[in-house]
Amino acid sequence: MLHTPDTDSFISIKHVSKSFGPVQALSDIGLDIKSGEFVSIVGPSGCGKSTLLMLLSGLMKRTGGDIRVGGQMVDSPRSDIGIVFQRDVLMEWRSALRNVLLQAEVRGMPMGPAAARARELLKMVSLDAFENAYPHQLSGGMRQRVSICRALLHKPPLLVMDEPFGALDALTRDQMQLDLLRICRETHTTVLFITHSISEAIFLSDRVVVMSPRPGRIERIIDIDLPRPRRLSIRESREFATYSDEVTQIFKSLGVLREGDDE
Amino acid sequence: MTSINAASIKQNIFYNFRVPYALITLVALVAIWEMTAKLSDVPAYMLPAPSDIMVAMQSMWGLLFIHSGITLAEIGIGFVLATLIGVPLATLITYSHVFDRAVYPLIVGSQTIPKVAIAPLLLAGFGYGLAPKVAIVTLIAFFPIVINTVVGLRSVPAEMLHLARSMGATPLQAFWKFRLPQALPSIFAGLKLASVLAVIGAVVAEFVGANGGLGYIIMIAGSNFRMDQQFAAIIFLSAIGMVFFWLIGLAERAMLPWHISVRSASEKN
Repeated sequence: MLHTPDTDSFISIKHVSKSFGPVQALSDIGLDIKSGEFVSIVGPSGCGKSTLLMLLSGLMKRTGGDIRVGGQMVDSPRSDIGIVFQRDVLMEWRSALRNVLLQAEVRGMPMGPAAARARELLKMVSLDAFENAYPHQLSGGMRQRVSICRALLHKPPLLVMDEPFGALDALTRDQMQLDLLRICRETHTTVLFITHSISEAIFLSDRVVVMSPRPGRIERIIDIDLPRPRRLSIRESREFATYSDEVTQIFKSLGVLREGDDE
Repeated sequence: MTSINAASIKQNIFYNFRVPYALITLVALVAIWEMTAKLSDVPAYMLPAPSDIMVAMQSMWGLLFIHSGITLAEIGIGFVLATLIGVPLATLITYSHVFDRAVYPLIVGSQTIPKVAIAPLLLAGFGYGLAPKVAIVTLIAFFPIVINTVVGLRSVPAEMLHLARSMGATPLQAFWKFRLPQALPSIFAGLKLASVLAVIGAVVAEFVGANGGLGYIIMIAGSNFRMDQQFAAIIFLSAIGMVFFWLIGLAERAMLPWHISVRSASEKN
């Protein structure tokens, strides 16, 4: 089959591999993501999913293959993306608003419009009353919301998130997932979301990429055909359970998940 | 109504009152000292009573202030120099692998040399004036500043540096906006240590050879068997050290109101 440039896809990852010395972290990764799509990567620890995110952001050099974002080859850190990590890495010495505005300061964006946009984003995540609060005065979920606002300030077409809700309690996590979906819908942002929670991946995504460990490979890509906007109750549906079971079976076949009675 | 108000005010005063334990301990110790000195046969040139020390201090008030000024200048200039050398040096060590491996071990190794031992050498080189004292204060104070600044600059989370790069930050921006503020609490810890060491350095330098400063007063008083005068100078020295330390703490609170060390101190009140 001939590889024609796929004009439809916003992100195009082809035959990407990454080695750290003798250790191969990623092997022959191929993935196309359309503009506005929400794609999750789910896999066990050490499957290289964070590495893939680093390669996509240009923060790490790949060993082989091609990565294009918006048609451009990724060879250096891309500044047209927003990144959210598991740790919020907020600056303790800046208020919530000024943490969001850091993005504008570093980029040299005009501060007036940037501040207006920052306030708008904080309002979107119900933190408008906390713009002058310092990070230590905020809860874990609030802090992570601020870091999401910071990642979205410059209106990046792509948001990459590395287990952003991994350190939050279950209830906060549910709320954050709902908030994220709403924000992405309102801002038309493409999202690459990394998680090791199967249900989180299914709940959020249009497609779920299941990865296997050592070396990291894409095991399967599952289209999630659930209605949007997603509601929490969808997690109780039969379709959701079927998707969840499909992913679980893959992990069981890979030996990532083991049940006592299998032996 | 009024009685309730009065009661609540009383309660507030009581609530805000903090028992000055340290002061009580100090007063008790001084009282024991006074009684021991007055009631026992220990001669005054071995153990002067606190009251005698106060008398000596009053009689040499002007002298103590003049010589405090000299010691203060040595400490101040030496400390500022140590900071001006230490922080940029630590930055070089953090950013340059070559510098790190070429210079850092030497800096650490040099600390095994007792400063008192090189004080005479510096005196031979710089003469008896201000310069050798400043040099010793700088040498002794700069080490904790370098070490703590390096630790602070290196303790920046990797994600924060990724974030800086993804924002397209220049190396200078990454330093000023990400690394340095993150390192400030650690730098201040180094400055506090250095402030204490700077006082020690100044006195040691004055012991070795000086014609002024509180260390000089202590030496002269000692050779005259005037323990009361010695203690008077020591009290001044200790006051300088405490005020210096307190000033740095003040600067820290002003610059780092967000930091845990500052917060927990004020939240305990």
